[in-house]
Amino acid sequence: MKIHEYQAKQILAKYQVPIPQGDIAATPEEAAAIAGKLGKRVVVKAQVHVGGRGKAGGVKLADTPDEAQAAASQILGMDIKGLTVEKVLVEEAADIAEEYYLGITIDRAARRNVVMVSAVGGVDIEEVAATTPEKIAKVHLDPAIGMMDFHTRILAIEAGLNPAAIRPASGFLKALYRAYMDVDASLAEINPLVLTAGGNLIATDAKINIDDNALFRQTKLAELREEQEEDPIEAEAHRKGLIYVRLDGNIGILGNGAGLVMTTLDVVQREGGRPANFLDVGGGAKAELVRSALETVLLDTNVKGVLFNIFGGITRCDEVAKGILDATAAMDINVPIVIRLTGTREREGQQLLQGTHLIPAASMQEAAQKIVELVSHAGKATFP
Amino acid sequence: MSIYVNNSTRLLVQGVTGREGEFHTRQMIEYGTNVVAGVTPGKGGQVIEHLGARVPVFNTVKEAVTEAQANCTVIFVPPPFGCDAVLEALDAGVTGIVCITEGIPTQDMLRVHRFLMEAQGWMIGPNCPGVISPGKCKAGILPGNIFMPGNVGLVSRSGTLTYEIVNELTQAGLGQSTCVGIGGDPIIGSSFVDVLRRFEGDPETAAVVLIGEIGGNDEEVAAEFIRDKMTKPVVSFIAGKTAPPGKRMGHAGAIVSGSSGTAQGKIEALDAVGVAVANLPNEVPTLVKRVLQ
Repeated sequence: MKIHEYQAKQILAKYQVPIPQGDIAATPEEAAAIAGKLGKRVVVKAQVHVGGRGKAGGVKLADTPDEAQAAASQILGMDIKGLTVEKVLVEEAADIAEEYYLGITIDRAARRNVVMVSAVGGVDIEEVAATTPEKIAKVHLDPAIGMMDFHTRILAIEAGLNPAAIRPASGFLKALYRAYMDVDASLAEINPLVLTAGGNLIATDAKINIDDNALFRQTKLAELREEQEEDPIEAEAHRKGLIYVRLDGNIGILGNGAGLVMTTLDVVQREGGRPANFLDVGGGAKAELVRSALETVLLDTNVKGVLFNIFGGITRCDEVAKGILDATAAMDINVPIVIRLTGTREREGQQLLQGTHLIPAASMQEAAQKIVELVSHAGKATFP
Repeated sequence: MSIYVNNSTRLLVQGVTGREGEFHTRQMIEYGTNVVAGVTPGKGGQVIEHLGARVPVFNTVKEAVTEAQANCTVIFVPPPFGCDAVLEALDAGVTGIVCITEGIPTQDMLRVHRFLMEAQGWMIGPNCPGVISPGKCKAGILPGNIFMPGNVGLVSRSGTLTYEIVNELTQAGLGQSTCVGIGGDPIIGSSFVDVLRRFEGDPETAAVVLIGEIGGNDEEVAAEFIRDKMTKPVVSFIAGKTAPPGKRMGHAGAIVSGSSGTAQGKIEALDAVGVAVANLPNEVPTLVKRVLQ
């Protein structure tokens, strides 16, 4: 789960990480008031769950409250990579001498938390990692030990930080690590960490991602999830407990198991079709869930055909068939549905679907061919 | 002796009285697995009977080891208790662990993995379908009827996609030595390389099928291992060729971030070390037959 910069900074402040003075504004007037209260040069920053906001014009400097108001009115409502900016963070602009990068994340291959420090901050760190990896100092942490002082010294020195910054950076890193562990983060990043002309370190930007699997014990943070930023159908699907990703095609895809559904998307695309979504009903789905999954896929008005791909292990084919029949009885569905049912209780499932207008297929390949053909014909019939 | 599980496996089921745990305990017994004990804290003293088998339920793993000599465990407990369940098993000396539970926090898994290494144990999962050596032992939720004994090893990050491909193999007359679903989480007990290393040393395995998907770089690391350490032929299929970047495709680990974790990158890495990569799942049997010749 992603949280906003200002929310990440609120967490860091609790761990005594120095952050710029500032506040959050939802209107240009509020932005002006915050700038007035700070009484100095401010930066107005779009709060949106996507990278690259600076390049998109979502970050502006302002010397006066009037300028802050003007900047906020430009940024609020702005569309950044498909997301609408609803809030801006207004905070004091730092007097920048040097910019560094600090980050902690999970190294999947090493199965350790990894801490990264670079003297090249304020830029895209993935770019640095790709082009000049030697500019990033890395330390993997043993979970039985955590972060010790010596780790921070190694990092600061190997990254080549300004000698004046080495001691404060150590405290910074330890605080960042405590916050990272306490909130079950999968990423905690300060980029840039600014060394001011006065010799202080301050976190002028912050990013924290929370592990979705840990939200059951991070209940306060779970409340920060913002549904209005998600696609409305995705939000609806998540409320129903479905794993749904919206795509831009016209063939609705449902199946059981992430790998199988992903492969179904690939096979449909290979046959010349364009998937409208990814939907995994999960293992052991009951009829009710299958029905609600089909209803969700059909909320997308681009959908001109549906492909069900079920390989029953713990999922029973007759349950899936019942769910589909329930949905078709309750709704007026006027797009073709192709269904491939294999595995546990497949005969019972297939029998239930006999005599209905649902189109059976013996394999994933055949199902993909059928739905692609039906959808392309439907298109031609509408636009001769 | 097949890898991970075989005829001498004495299986314990943690979370044995839960809905999934009990259902799959019966399924495993039906497959012929020697299920010797179950654990559910507070339910000690109960017995699960099925097809003449009597599975005693204990309150702790320690008791299950002392009383029933369990040497391998399959875990069905809810995610908040997953870390505790694995560590309890390791503490009691059970060094073979199959963790089915989906949704265990990543930081918990980092701790688990640390102690797994210290205990010199192996772990499959979490968030996985388990492991099966057809005709010998099934530890997990895989549908037993689609498997057939043979000499093809299979390792996969996905559950139902594994079934799809196993079904194709079996229908083509290609039996399996062991099939391992390593799970779709970012941090897992056994990576592709861990399993490949065992297949390479397993006299019952002649060729290996590796089923990967987008996200992480486990397939790329596997490619290096195949180039440097493997003599047995490997066939592969990678899911998610058309998945858009930044979208998590179901599995927590299945996400393309920036230019890393793409299916294309994985296919190229495998292809470069001589792995035959199938375009479609149903091409896998043909490729396996070719490399076995």
